[in-house]
Amino acid sequence: MADEPLEHTPETGEEPDRRQFIKGASCAIGGAVGLVPALAAVRVALDPIGRERGDGGGFTRLANLKDLEPGKPVMVPVVAEKRDKWSRSEGVVGAVWLLREKLEGGANWASDEDGPAMKAADHVTAFSTICPHLGCFVDFREKENDFYCPCHNSNFKLSGEALNTTPPRPMDELEVDADKLAQSGEVWVKYVRFKTNTSKKIPA
Amino acid sequence: MKALIDWLDHRTGIRDLIREGLYENIPGGSRWRYVWGSTLMFALGIQFITGIALWMAYSPSTQTAWESVWYIQHEMAGGWFLRGLHHWTAQIMTVLLVLHLMQVVIDGAYKAPREVNFWFGIILLQLVLALSLTGYLLPWDQKGYWATSVATDIMASTPLIGEWLRQVVIGGNDYGHHTLTRFFALHAGVLPAAVIALTAGHIYLFRRHGVKAKEPARGKDEFFWPEQVLKDGVACLAVLAVVLFFVIRNHGAHLDAPADPASAYQARPDWYFLSLFQLLKYVPQFVGAFLIPGMVMALVVLMPVIGKWELGHRFNIGLLVTVLVGAGALTWLAVDQDRNDPKYRSDMAKAEADAALVKKLAKEQGIPPSGALALLRSQDETGPKLFAQHCASCHAYGGHDGLGGKLANEQSAPDLKGFASREYIAELLNPDSFDSPKFFGNTEHAGGKMMGFLEDEFSDLDELGKEDVRKIAAALSAEAALPGQTEVDAKDGALIEEGRELIKGDLACTDCHTLGRSGKPKAPDLTGYGSREWMLGIVHDPGQARFYGKDNDRMPAFGADGQLSRRQMEKIVDWIRGE
Repeated sequence: MADEPLEHTPETGEEPDRRQFIKGASCAIGGAVGLVPALAAVRVALDPIGRERGDGGGFTRLANLKDLEPGKPVMVPVVAEKRDKWSRSEGVVGAVWLLREKLEGGANWASDEDGPAMKAADHVTAFSTICPHLGCFVDFREKENDFYCPCHNSNFKLSGEALNTTPPRPMDELEVDADKLAQSGEVWVKYVRFKTNTSKKIPA
Repeated sequence: MKALIDWLDHRTGIRDLIREGLYENIPGGSRWRYVWGSTLMFALGIQFITGIALWMAYSPSTQTAWESVWYIQHEMAGGWFLRGLHHWTAQIMTVLLVLHLMQVVIDGAYKAPREVNFWFGIILLQLVLALSLTGYLLPWDQKGYWATSVATDIMASTPLIGEWLRQVVIGGNDYGHHTLTRFFALHAGVLPAAVIALTAGHIYLFRRHGVKAKEPARGKDEFFWPEQVLKDGVACLAVLAVVLFFVIRNHGAHLDAPADPASAYQARPDWYFLSLFQLLKYVPQFVGAFLIPGMVMALVVLMPVIGKWELGHRFNIGLLVTVLVGAGALTWLAVDQDRNDPKYRSDMAKAEADAALVKKLAKEQGIPPSGALALLRSQDETGPKLFAQHCASCHAYGGHDGLGGKLANEQSAPDLKGFASREYIAELLNPDSFDSPKFFGNTEHAGGKMMGFLEDEFSDLDELGKEDVRKIAAALSAEAALPGQTEVDAKDGALIEEGRELIKGDLACTDCHTLGRSGKPKAPDLTGYGSREWMLGIVHDPGQARFYGKDNDRMPAFGADGQLSRRQMEKIVDWIRGE
C-alpha cells in the first residue's frame, strides 16, 4: 500500500510513522483473527491423516475344509466387526478367494467322522479379492482357470502369480491359521488390506 | 510484483476495486461506535469457515447425528475447538446483532434514505435467529430435541396453516430422519444463501449512502483505511478473545445425552429465547408467541416511518430500551426460577449423569448401529429388571418379582433365588417341598416321576439319609461353580466325590438324568447343572434334548425365539448366580 495514489491521502497532517504503524497493525490483526477459524477448520479436515488403522481384528472363520473342492477357488465374504468412526457393527469388510490344494500322499478331511485326531493334509491358500493394481475386484474365470481383473486386464495364475505386467505384484496372499486347519479342518483367515500399485505388499 | 499487478489490473480493474473498498470516506473520522457491522461480518466469516469444516464430519439422521457430533467433539483432532468456535460465535453473534441495532437506532441511521437498508438488517437479524434455532437441533441431544419440539409445537398453533407448517418443517408427523435433513438443509443451505444475498445488499446500500455520521463530528473526515480498519480489527480481536475464552473454558461446547423421547427432560430454549419462554408462563400462548413478538417486530420495522415525527426518534429509542430491559428481566426471571427449583436441578443432574455415562460407553464400546440412545438404554437393563419383565410372570425370586414387587400372577414355576446352591438343592430334593408352589407344585411336573422317586427315597430320612442328601447337594451344586461357593467347593472335594458316586451309583439318578454326558437324558442333564453355560442354555431353549426336551412345560425358548438377546440372558443369569 506504500504506492497508494496521492489524491486519496487525506490531509491529516500526521507523521508517516504513525500511519505506517496503523497499517501494519491492521494487517497483522486482520491476519491473526482470520487465521484462528481457518486453522481450526483445516486441522479437523486433516484429522484422517496419521490415524492408525486397526490390526484388522485377527483371524476370522471363513469355511470348513470339507466344503472346499480341491483346485477350485471359492469366493467367501469376510464378515467381521467393523469400526467406522463412531460406530461398531458386524459387517462385510471384504472378500477372499479360498483355494484348496491337494497334497500328494496326505490324508484328507472328508467328514466329521474322521475325528479331530486326523491331521488335515491339504493346504488352503487365501487371496484378497482386491487387485494389487488399482483395487478393482479380481474374479475367477472358469474357462481359462485363472484370476482376472476386468478393469485393466490384470491376469493371475491360480497360484497368484501375475500373468502379465499390468499388476505390480502377485495377488495378495492372506495368512491362514495352519494349526486350526490341521486340528479342526476350519479355515481361519486374517483379513488385511494392502496398498495398491506398489511392488511390495504393504498393509494399507 | 508491480508488473503482475499491472497485468491483473489491466484485465480486472482490481486497483479500482481495492480503492473503492478501502477509501470510503468517513465523515468526522473513524470512531469505535462504527465497529459493530464489521464484527458481525467477522463472526459470519467464522461461522462459514467452521460450519463447512463441521459439515465434513456431521451426519444428519436420528441414529448418526448425535453420534457424529460426539465423534467431532471427543475423537477428532481439534474437533472440540472447531465445534466450540462455531457454537460460541453463534452465541456472541446474537449479542453483536443487538449492539449493532442499538447503534443504528441511537444514531438515527435508520432514517431516510437508509430505510431499505435498515429493513435488510432486520431481515438479517431474523435469519441469524433462524440459524440459531435450526443449529440448536442438529446435535440431536436432549437439549436441542426438547427445545425444538416446543418451538415447532408453537409453530403448529399458527392460525390456519399451523399444522401444515409444522409437518413441512419437521418432514412428517413426528420428529425423525427428515427433521434432521430438513433442518440441516435450512441451516447449511437455504439460510446461509439468504444471509449472503442480504448481506451483499446490506453492504451495497451501506456504501451507497455512506456512514451515517454521529453528530457532532469530532474531527476531520478520514478514509476507512487504515484508521477505521484498525478499530474494526481491534474489535474483532476482542470478539475472538471472548469466544476463545468460552471455547477453552467449556472445552468446546456442551453435548447432552442423545435425544430420548421417553425421558423427563426439562425443555429450555437457548438463552436468547428464554425471555419468550418465560413470557409464555404469564400470558396465553397466542399473546406470548405471536401477538407480542409480532407487534414488537412490526414497530421495529416501522421505525423509519415513526422516526419522521417530532418525537418519533425518541419513541424508537424508548421502544428499543423497553424491549431490551423487558427481555432482560424475563430472562433473569427464567434463570432465577430454574436455579431455585429443586426438581429442575435434580432433573438436570440426572441428564448430566446420562450424558457422562453414554459418552463413556461410546468411548469404550463403540456405538451400535441402533445408535447411542440404544447403548444408553441397554445400561438400564439390569438382571432384576429383566427378570421382572420376562420371567416373573411364572417364576419368583425370593417370593417377589426380582425388584421386590408383588407377583402379578400366581407363581407357577420354581422360585429361582439361590438356584443350584447347596441349600437350594437340598430343599428341592425334600419331597415335602418339591411339590410345593415354591418349586414344581404349580407345574406339569407336579406329582411326576421325580416326585415319586423322592417320596420313595427321601421320605422320613434318618441321619444317614440326611447325610446322603447333603453329599448329593454338594456334588450337584459343585457343577454350578457358583461364585459364592468357590471356597467350600474347593474345600469339600471328598464330599463332592462321594455325592457323585451316589448320583451315579446307589441312587441311580443317572437312570433318567445324565452326569458327565453319556447318552441322551430322559430328564435334564446334570452336567454343569446351574453353571453359567447350563443356565444360558436352558433360557435359550428349554426344549433341547439336554434340558426338558418334549417334556418342557410352558417355558419359552427366550434365546431361540429371539425374545431376549444373548446380552440380556447373560444379565439375568449372572444376577441369579450372584456374579
